[in-house]
Amino acid sequence: MTLTQQAATIATPLGALNAGAPVTLDRLVRTFGSTRALDGLSLDIAPGEFIALLGPSGCGKTTALRVLAGFEQPDSGRVLVRGSDVSSVPAQHRDMGMVFQSYSLFPNMNARDNVAFGLQLRRQRSAVRKSRAGELLELVGLSEHALKFPHQLSGGQQQRVALARALAIEPQVLLLDEPLSALDAKVRAELRDQIRELQRRLNITTVFVTHDQEEALSMADRVCVMNQGRAEQVATPPVLYAQPSTAFVAEFVGVSSRVGVERDHAGVTVLGQSARVRGGEAAVPAGPLDALLRPEDVTATVARDGLGVVLHRSFLGASTRLEVGIGGSTIKVDVRSVDSEDFELGTRVELALSARDVLVTERRPVV
Amino acid sequence: MAALATTEGLFDFDEPLATAAPSGGRRRRIRWGRGAILTLAAAYFLLPMYAALKFSLQDINGHFSLSPVAAIPSQPGLGSAFFLSLRLATVTMVLTMLLMVPTVIYVHLKLPRFRRVMDVITIMPIVIPPIVLILGVLHVAPLWLKSSPYLLSLVYVILAMPFVYRSLDAGLGALDVKTLVEASRSLGAGWIATMWRVIVPNLRAALLSASVLTLALVLGEFTMASLDLWETLPVWIVDFDQTNAHISTAVAMLSLIATWLLLTLIVSLDRSHSRRHRRNRAS
Repeated sequence: MTLTQQAATIATPLGALNAGAPVTLDRLVRTFGSTRALDGLSLDIAPGEFIALLGPSGCGKTTALRVLAGFEQPDSGRVLVRGSDVSSVPAQHRDMGMVFQSYSLFPNMNARDNVAFGLQLRRQRSAVRKSRAGELLELVGLSEHALKFPHQLSGGQQQRVALARALAIEPQVLLLDEPLSALDAKVRAELRDQIRELQRRLNITTVFVTHDQEEALSMADRVCVMNQGRAEQVATPPVLYAQPSTAFVAEFVGVSSRVGVERDHAGVTVLGQSARVRGGEAAVPAGPLDALLRPEDVTATVARDGLGVVLHRSFLGASTRLEVGIGGSTIKVDVRSVDSEDFELGTRVELALSARDVLVTERRPVV
Repeated sequence: MAALATTEGLFDFDEPLATAAPSGGRRRRIRWGRGAILTLAAAYFLLPMYAALKFSLQDINGHFSLSPVAAIPSQPGLGSAFFLSLRLATVTMVLTMLLMVPTVIYVHLKLPRFRRVMDVITIMPIVIPPIVLILGVLHVAPLWLKSSPYLLSLVYVILAMPFVYRSLDAGLGALDVKTLVEASRSLGAGWIATMWRVIVPNLRAALLSASVLTLALVLGEFTMASLDLWETLPVWIVDFDQTNAHISTAVAMLSLIATWLLLTLIVSLDRSHSRRHRRNRAS
């Protein structure tokens, strides 16, 4: 779509935007020297969906976003927006709004001019630009700061202006590249809610890159966990947490403890109890096995002849996390903080499995 | 030596840095040290200028007189030399900016590892003597170019490169150019719009400083202009020195003052432009 054609669609009032665009990443490959940043990444994003790309540093999530934005060209694979292949379309013609990790406001322009910049490029009249920029600044709660320059705004305010600027052009897709990572915890939490509310209200397809699992799980409709340039699992936050499909996802999302298990007739024996394997027999790899246990999958009781010993305690508010050493493994267990006084360091405890099934994986060799 | 004694007072490395405030005696020593260094530096710069000013305000008998200054406007060839220098300075500034601004931005964006090489390349004009440079250029330049004074502008671009590159490099270093460019492009701006509306306005201070340095360099360059047989202001001053040293020194002092005034004017114009720009935006 040309800028003039885009300009024609910008007359839509805020809050009444068209449904977001469907996006498909189709077998994307991108290498930098000998590093394969994207290794056949495929992902379907529904119109109006908020999807988070989550993964450790170097997993390829930012590269995926940059390929989608048009700042990087894939070595192979396609990017489809509304079914059209935009892989070779330059960034300035992709009609995607982006908010960056670092503050990206133009220092020579005030907040209003920053927001109106994209509209000016689309040859909107001055009155329309001013009114539109004003509406968007009001939307992000900064109408009083319209005439301030970036250096006069706080980090959180700058990111909100950047968000308004990205939304001003009514992009087909909104791209958020760790926009909260430079902010302090309180502002981050506020802006997180504000972004999510705006996204829902405008129904805009949004791709959000983060390495913070709490952000991803609390904001996204679906989370794509990435590892070594591929999507390990794409699922809703509850499914991702409760039913991780791989050991990597189980260990990266939430907290897991790895403990050696033996096969038995029902599945595996964990902590002396028989348990089913999540995913059935087909999910059991050959060879020695480990189970991955969430803190809430295990209960601890004080027992003078218990096999476990409390090695460490962390107060988390309503609950306290214990690290219990047992049979060469360390298992994390959550107990209610009101009961935590019973679990002094060195206390002998007995652990029991409370989950119905467990995720098993190949045993990690002891280093 | 006094200088060494004062630096000892300023930088006492034997004492930890994060100690309590210095005692009264030590504070006085530091103040004296600073004062002595500043006085020496000021004397180093100001004494030659004072001597030249004094000489330019004397008649041939060594008495104070304004006659050398009063005689300046009637000196033959001075006006044309001054305007030739000014034309060369303008053309040099334009050429330098056209060449260096896109180059430095490109290196910052696409070839950041090349910055070290650029540092070395752009220092070369300082290492190579101007006489070598101009003789080489005169040897290979086509006749039509040799017969034009603007050949000097082409060579001055090379001379100005170390100063202009460093000024622009520092200006760009203070910006997150990559993010600004990507933000601009994601909003629909092409390369030209991004450069013109986003990068260049944020480089104004660096561009101004680069222009000022280029102007000062061209207005004071003698060797190349003399060898290329063009009578620029510095060449005129040296030539006229044989006729009347008082007047030529007075012209040199005036050109120095004029350059300062010009630079002050450019800086104030930029400041008032910034203020007006902000007021307009605010209204």
